Amino acid sequence: MGATHLPSTEFDGTGLDDQLEAEAEAVLGEPAAEMVQLLGPDGTLGTDSVFSEYAERLDAEKLRGFYADMAAIRRFDQEATALQRQGQLALWVPLTGQEAAQIGSGRASQPQDYIFPTYREHGVALTRNVDLAELLRQFRGISNGGWNPKDTNFHLYTLVLAAQTPHAVGYAMGIQRDQRLAEANGLAESGTAEPKAAVMVYFGDGASSEGDVHESMVFASSYNAPVVFFCQNNHWAISVPTAVQTRIPLSNRAKGYGFPGIRVDGNDVIAVHAVTEWALEHARQGNGPVLIEAFTYRVGAHTTADDPTKYRESSEEALWRAKDPLERLEKYLRTEGMADDAFFEQVAADGNELAAYIRKSTYESDTPDIRTAFANTYVEAHPLVAEELAWFEEYSAGFAGEDAAEGAGN
Amino acid sequence: MTTMTIAKAINEGLRATLSNNPKSLLMGEDIGPLGGVYRVTDGLIAEFGADRVVDTPLAESGIVGTAIGLALRGYLPVCEIQFDGFVFPGFNQITTQLAKMHSRSNGNLTVPVVIRIPYGGGIGSIEHHSESPEALFAHTAGLRIITPSNAHDAYWMIQQAVDCQDPVIVFEPKRRYWLKGEVDTEAAGLAEDPFKAHVVREGTDATAVVYGPLVPVALAAANAAAEDGRSVEVIDLRSISPIDFDTIEASVKKTGRLIVAHEAPTFGGIGGEIAARISERAFHSLEAPVIRVGGFHMPYPVAKVEEDYLPDIDRILEALDRTFTY
Repeated sequence: MGATHLPSTEFDGTGLDDQLEAEAEAVLGEPAAEMVQLLGPDGTLGTDSVFSEYAERLDAEKLRGFYADMAAIRRFDQEATALQRQGQLALWVPLTGQEAAQIGSGRASQPQDYIFPTYREHGVALTRNVDLAELLRQFRGISNGGWNPKDTNFHLYTLVLAAQTPHAVGYAMGIQRDQRLAEANGLAESGTAEPKAAVMVYFGDGASSEGDVHESMVFASSYNAPVVFFCQNNHWAISVPTAVQTRIPLSNRAKGYGFPGIRVDGNDVIAVHAVTEWALEHARQGNGPVLIEAFTYRVGAHTTADDPTKYRESSEEALWRAKDPLERLEKYLRTEGMADDAFFEQVAADGNELAAYIRKSTYESDTPDIRTAFANTYVEAHPLVAEELAWFEEYSAGFAGEDAAEGAGN
Repeated sequence: MTTMTIAKAINEGLRATLSNNPKSLLMGEDIGPLGGVYRVTDGLIAEFGADRVVDTPLAESGIVGTAIGLALRGYLPVCEIQFDGFVFPGFNQITTQLAKMHSRSNGNLTVPVVIRIPYGGGIGSIEHHSESPEALFAHTAGLRIITPSNAHDAYWMIQQAVDCQDPVIVFEPKRRYWLKGEVDTEAAGLAEDPFKAHVVREGTDATAVVYGPLVPVALAAANAAAEDGRSVEVIDLRSISPIDFDTIEASVKKTGRLIVAHEAPTFGGIGGEIAARISERAFHSLEAPVIRVGGFHMPYPVAKVEEDYLPDIDRILEALDRTFTY
């Protein structure tokens, strides 16, 4: 007996999304958002009047790179899940199904751009050269942010949903001021100006309901800030379907703020890359914010503590597995003769090597010392922190030699 | 030395900050051509332009959140929250993001954001315009909280807050905005360290710790007590987080009696923290329990009865009587 009351989130069939599209059309008085798709689930490349030219710029090496990235992050995801099951990680947040949305967008960013993730953007982290072993430190409980954002322009994960969205807009307002200062100083003419930069901020369909997203979009629009809002609509906010967050396609919300909104097939890495490349350049050139809604699916659980069988049908997962981002790119690469068995074998071997590195790094990772928390609460000297640290040191010193004594007793 | 109101002193302090540091900027609602509802930013947009004095959309979480982003990019934002009771839409950004960014980045990131909040009652205003929420922020590690009680402190403390690499909340005693005082704009003098308490009246029989709007009230109460032959030492706390317990302890070891007064409700308040710390540090010097004077455990009452709610001279004298007759 199936849970027939559960809404489907299938967008091709007769599910709720179609109903929503129809409702949205009625509300908006015009067709709801069309979805940009270039590489279909069957692995054939379609056309788009705006975005095909972006796809044409991608050579075989780039496309093989996209595949290798997606395969690597999926293998990493499996390994992290296994490490959680072994008790090596406190929690894991799987991304399987969202590889194209993350690799496509991340690879469209440039080094001078600054990225604010939520907490599932492992694929974007890979594209920003974050050491994935460092990324796991947060989930092992040995750091609240294992990497230095200044090294990669990839901010720390933010767990309070959407709280990073106004940070992104503020950062973008800073970029605007830097550019205006540089122009005032005549750096642009002298050719010494920094390359133009934009900010990209990730959030999900669930977080789209948070007030911070609204406030961020208002600020971004008011100041024409160079920021791309990248919403991964993975259809489930833990157990609650997108229909509870919105009655219209999320990309349509951009119109209410006065900037472009684009829905893209989030399982099509070529389309995601094209749309994001366009949006980031739009922002860098001073044309203001863009909202991208990547229509994708969280194939796995919300976290390793979640049980999707309680709220959705496995048949729905199967429908989405048929749209798998890796499989469709593999089909395309093979059909076009851009990659052969040897390539895919190498990708698999590289994935296993990455997994081995992750395992080893996790097993060997250091244990933190609470003294670093005392040291990092404030930048400047603080009498209460100093007093409590002094007490802690004295208290700890009282246990000196106790372990050895216990050992002797045994 | 120049005589100016506290509001003008903050205005001049902000002007000095904007002049001295090209990365500093002001953000808030109505702070541009209007100069803020209390005119604290009066004239600054004309002088420094809309990139430095930013009229924001009406959204406190957005103000604090974008200020964090600007700070991450290397800017020094000073946010104005229009009234104490309106800070709560920004509470999440202040407590879960601003306060923790340095710690959670293992010290790699700093977010030197300043948040100015006019606070306190006694202005006969309507709901949400008279509150004292400082304890809610003092409980959050990572924040610093200061509050000037006079024009000289106001001029220097706002600049020191901007210079501080940690996030700082400046609670401004709104009913004292028009209180005039001497300001030395050349030298901070005694105001050099914003996190140090000041003994503003020396005494030998009891210590009264107050801050912000209650400093003049406590001084008046001490004068009244002097007429009865009681010598009351008054301490202006100045910094609510961290608290300068050393100065309070030294005073209590001299006087043996302590009362703490603030407009905020006594339950869970700063007075309780001071009472606990001083009882730990100076138990044998205390001749009587530490007595707290403050607001009642109720939402801030309607303006027509706020006189019964706010600690005044008589409430402080009553507390002094209790400690003397214990």
